[in-house]
Amino acid sequence: MRFLFKTTYRQDLGLFRDGVQRNWYVALGLGLLVLPALVPAYLVDISLVFIYGLCGVSLMVLAGYTGLVSLGHAAFLGIGAYAHVYFVQDLGLPWVISVALAAAVTAAAGVLVGLPALRMTGIYLTIATLAFALIIQEMLTRWEHVTHGLKGRPVDKPVIFGVSMANDAAFYFLCLVVLIGGLCLTANLLRSPTGRAWVAIRDSEIAAQSMGVNLARYKTLAFAYSAALMGVAGALFAHKIGFLAPDIFSVLLSIQFLLMVVVGGLGSLHGALFGATFVALLPVLISEARDRVPAWAGHVVAVAGKDAASATFLTLDRFVKQPGLEPGLFGLILVLFILFEPLGVYGRWRKVQVYFSTFPLYKRATFRRQKTYMRSERLR
Amino acid sequence: MTLLEARDLGINFGGIRALDGVSFAVEPGQVFTIIGPNGAGKTTIFNLISRIYDPTQGRLVYGGQDITRVPPHEIARRGIARTFQNIELFEHATVLQNLLLGRHAHARGHFAEELLFLPRVRARELAHREAVEKVIDFLDLQAHRDSLGVNLPYGVRKVVEMARALCTEPKLLLLDEPSSGLSVEETEDMAFWIQDIRALLGITVLMVEHDMSLVSAVSDRVLVLDYGRVLTQGTPREVQEHPEVVKAYLGG
Repeated sequence: MRFLFKTTYRQDLGLFRDGVQRNWYVALGLGLLVLPALVPAYLVDISLVFIYGLCGVSLMVLAGYTGLVSLGHAAFLGIGAYAHVYFVQDLGLPWVISVALAAAVTAAAGVLVGLPALRMTGIYLTIATLAFALIIQEMLTRWEHVTHGLKGRPVDKPVIFGVSMANDAAFYFLCLVVLIGGLCLTANLLRSPTGRAWVAIRDSEIAAQSMGVNLARYKTLAFAYSAALMGVAGALFAHKIGFLAPDIFSVLLSIQFLLMVVVGGLGSLHGALFGATFVALLPVLISEARDRVPAWAGHVVAVAGKDAASATFLTLDRFVKQPGLEPGLFGLILVLFILFEPLGVYGRWRKVQVYFSTFPLYKRATFRRQKTYMRSERLR
Repeated sequence: MTLLEARDLGINFGGIRALDGVSFAVEPGQVFTIIGPNGAGKTTIFNLISRIYDPTQGRLVYGGQDITRVPPHEIARRGIARTFQNIELFEHATVLQNLLLGRHAHARGHFAEELLFLPRVRARELAHREAVEKVIDFLDLQAHRDSLGVNLPYGVRKVVEMARALCTEPKLLLLDEPSSGLSVEETEDMAFWIQDIRALLGITVLMVEHDMSLVSAVSDRVLVLDYGRVLTQGTPREVQEHPEVVKAYLGG
């Protein structure tokens, strides 16, 4: 087991806990650099992981750190996507400026939702954001001369400073850079007074207020910042799917975002990324399984004999081809996590880490009290 | 000059008159205690001072200024900090983060600078950290610096909450039942700390308390409330011998 020996206050201000942790991140970065060469076929899917990662960070700031649960984040994604496409394709603005403007527009929408949020808490706020999402979806359908309504509108590949990002690897790196940028800015906020004020509001509004936190200001700020991140993600998302239609930004997508932060682990940026990986890659896994099960069946028949193997694989085949498998699995996994691991994938990851670093002295009680997190999530 | 003065303070919750014409004055450097049976309106006075409730009548004057209509987050900035009867720590933050939040009154938002974590932000954070460490040393919290609020024993949480209030560098500290739930030894420690806070830090203390041994040990002046009205005021000794007080506590 390692003990961190701190000698200056500066050590508590770093983005990384210590040199070892920093080195792991550098290694991860190098891995992501060479990834396009290793799995060229999956780059588009991995780009989606990055985009969802940004969405996850956005919702994590709001739900995980400020304690304001939103069921309307797909609407912010939609606003960002449509605004960006409008600025780039209809107004012909440069890509970077267009993304910045899209973020600003989405942030303004976030403030608009945030204002009534000052008078609402918990489940009531969640319902209000849900209503907001439905209104936005309707608006995207009706405001035809900007959004092209139900006909939808195609999205060009991004061109940044005259360089086309049309190929998959270029787009992969674009998404990666934006995600890392978003993560750094968010991590900076979280180690500053603003981030502490958010956490304070989450854990006790009355105490936060008595310590001088202006609730109105910081709740609105959380909404605006979260929405701005969502706006940037929306711009990338538009390029990723290549075609915008209002029904993409449905409540189901909002629920997926919420699933992402809960399964990943509320209250940690790691969690947002774990959750995004899970939500973006599960559909890929399912479709892979659909394609491959018959082939595996062939192999197993050759090894294990006909009857037993074919019966097993017939069942498996029927299972993976079941319609609605994806939402079903999402739901099941969400329920299992809430029951058994309220701290999400990140919580599980921490336990594994602690198990090995304290081996053989690990005791389950170390984490017993932290189970209370969900309860204090305070859906009051 | 009087530090805090309540003039004819009153508040109604629906048809219930929780406070009725309460007046008192806290002088700088005093330990001023409010006692009274359950439901007498003690914590309500605190909630009026920290501006969580709006009084239906009367005024609060602090340091010569009327604070009856000041927004609640302004109160800390003016030098009034408080603790809560049922401990309101930020449970999923470390003790250090809890105390740093106590510095919030001195940390004006600089959103753009914080996004980029400019050297200026870092310098301010270090300054806050130094101020926090002084409080940690003062209240002997070194061992708990990195513990999460939820994982702390009850007695330590009470101390952390008091530390958080001290981090705002208050002129007036409101302690809501500092000894409730504490053991005899912890209550004695609390008495010493309250005396130190007054003597070493020069902070005026206004507290609500039930434990009469603690009240007599530290208070300069005691106010007795019953059913939202002031029964009497005076030194701890005078108050304990007052026939009305005996009647309110023992019935009669």
